[in-house]
Amino acid sequence: MRIPLSYVIKRIGFLVAVLFTAATINFIIPKLAPRDPVTELINQKIASGGLTSEGAAEFGDSLRKLYGLDRPLWQQYLTYIWNMMRFDLGYSIVNYPQRVSFIINQTVYWTLGFVLTSTLLAFVIGTVVGALVGWSKTSKWLSWLMPPLAMFSAVPAFILALLLIYFLAFKAKAFPLRGGFSATIVVNWKDPKFLLDVVHHALLPGLSMLLVSVGGWSLGMRAMMVTVEGADYMTFADAKGLKGPRLFFRYALRNTLLPQITALAMQLGLIVSGATLVETMFSYPGIGNRLGGAIRALDYPVIYGIVFFMVVGIAVATLLVDLMYPLLDPRISYSGG
Amino acid sequence: MQRGQGFKGFLNYIRRNPAFGGGMVLLLLLFLFATVAGLFVPKEGAYPLAAMPKQPPGGEYPFGTDSVGRDLLPTTIYGTRMTLTIGMIAGAIGLGVGTVLGFMTGYFGGLFDTVVKFFVDVLMTIPSFLLLITIAASVPNPEDMSIIRMALILSLVSWVQPTRAIRAQVLSMRERAFVMMAKLSGMNGMEIIIKELMPNLMPYLAISLAGAVNGGVLGSLGLQTLGIGNLREPSLGMTIYWLRYYNAFLQGYWWWIIEPVTVIALIFIAFLLLSIGLDEFANPRTRRTV
Repeated sequence: MRIPLSYVIKRIGFLVAVLFTAATINFIIPKLAPRDPVTELINQKIASGGLTSEGAAEFGDSLRKLYGLDRPLWQQYLTYIWNMMRFDLGYSIVNYPQRVSFIINQTVYWTLGFVLTSTLLAFVIGTVVGALVGWSKTSKWLSWLMPPLAMFSAVPAFILALLLIYFLAFKAKAFPLRGGFSATIVVNWKDPKFLLDVVHHALLPGLSMLLVSVGGWSLGMRAMMVTVEGADYMTFADAKGLKGPRLFFRYALRNTLLPQITALAMQLGLIVSGATLVETMFSYPGIGNRLGGAIRALDYPVIYGIVFFMVVGIAVATLLVDLMYPLLDPRISYSGG
Repeated sequence: MQRGQGFKGFLNYIRRNPAFGGGMVLLLLLFLFATVAGLFVPKEGAYPLAAMPKQPPGGEYPFGTDSVGRDLLPTTIYGTRMTLTIGMIAGAIGLGVGTVLGFMTGYFGGLFDTVVKFFVDVLMTIPSFLLLITIAASVPNPEDMSIIRMALILSLVSWVQPTRAIRAQVLSMRERAFVMMAKLSGMNGMEIIIKELMPNLMPYLAISLAGAVNGGVLGSLGLQTLGIGNLREPSLGMTIYWLRYYNAFLQGYWWWIIEPVTVIALIFIAFLLLSIGLDEFANPRTRRTV
């Protein structure tokens, strides 16, 4: 099944609209707030003794010039949008010569590692469990899994993370308490010992993300499975004498997977938000914890830059899932609109 | 709906819909904890230096104290009150705006509908929590943020989901026979919305309200955990922020961790049960999900 070009164009147009809105919000909000980051920074520098009050005015002017704050608003806006389109997110105020894009590049892979792994695992486990519970021919004790899974899915991941840290890391000492790798180890990505250490540190943050999302996937899958089992084509396939596994995999599972994939696209934003807080709990060296640090230090270019980057990531991922959809389900065509 | 009358009929209904009953009871207990318990415990204890620091639960401090001398019993009581209040204000505003926009766009359609739908679609793609971070971090003096200001910030995103859900329901109901009848009998649009559609969508409005309050609580917890908002006044999110700040784990202050986590978990489980129960009430024919 081919995806019609008009749909792709329409969908990409929407993506551009989303990014444009996000960039505009990033631009407008600081202007609305009666808050002057330059003055705040100068006061901070004076307080810490790094700047005398005579040099402050000059320093402030050069900072304003550097950030383009001395130009008219519409020029600032156009420059801002242009910079965002080129993914030039500016400089950090607190760690001045560092570019925001450099900070993102430094941290994003840590986050991608544990978030992608835990999300995919949770999706697969949750879908299989939900499918088995919903399938009438599996044993009934499986359905006892559902209430605890549902409970877990209600609680935010970072709250669950607190419990996991206390019981599994502090009490049982089975996992490290915090960080992305041990302080004593030499950072060397080719060293298997270092890699093992990194995985060991990623397990607990990943587990808190996983436990929280398995419930949602299995609940959705179970409901779909029950609906599909009652469909006419299932009765017909059963009447033809098809065996259980073939019915389960080829007829039921395949038809119930699609809403799950749509749900996955819808959940991406929640997953990223959840991961941000989980990373903060673990002081994990990922992008979410870096965002938390920027918030505490009021490092606005980093806050806005990371938020914009996350929005872009989520919007693009959602687009990719949407475009994958007709490949998974031959019944769907977007030609109608 | 139940056939029985009054309170007995309600109890009968609860028996058939235990999730709804469980959620209501749990939420009621949390409300009582946040209000009635506050009558016996003064708020002064919820600030630093009010008590002997680092005390495990027992004796004078049934909930223990934290490492800067907050008595955790009043901190938890007033924190629960603050967090629930923020959630309820944000949720009520969200539902209010969502109801007006949802009915207007769903019933009347037109250019207004196109514009609102576009913004809802865009805001569904941009995660609300990231939007909240951008907005709340830019507010001047976040450390003095009042309950109302926090709730207003949260309500900037809490209208999106209700608008979407209510619009979809109105769209599906707009072409039904009873709406046609009302139209033929000469009712105008507003009358149909208020007299015909609104009563039929009550369960969905209740589900939207539960979702919006839940979202408000979650948003405020997340922001406070990241250090945005008032970190002096007792709230559940502020408790989480400080226990991380002072490394309660490394010191093994289990009570400081378990207490807010338990209350937060109970709040979200109450909302989960409530929404399952309300869903059962709105669509009694679908199979139960839990």
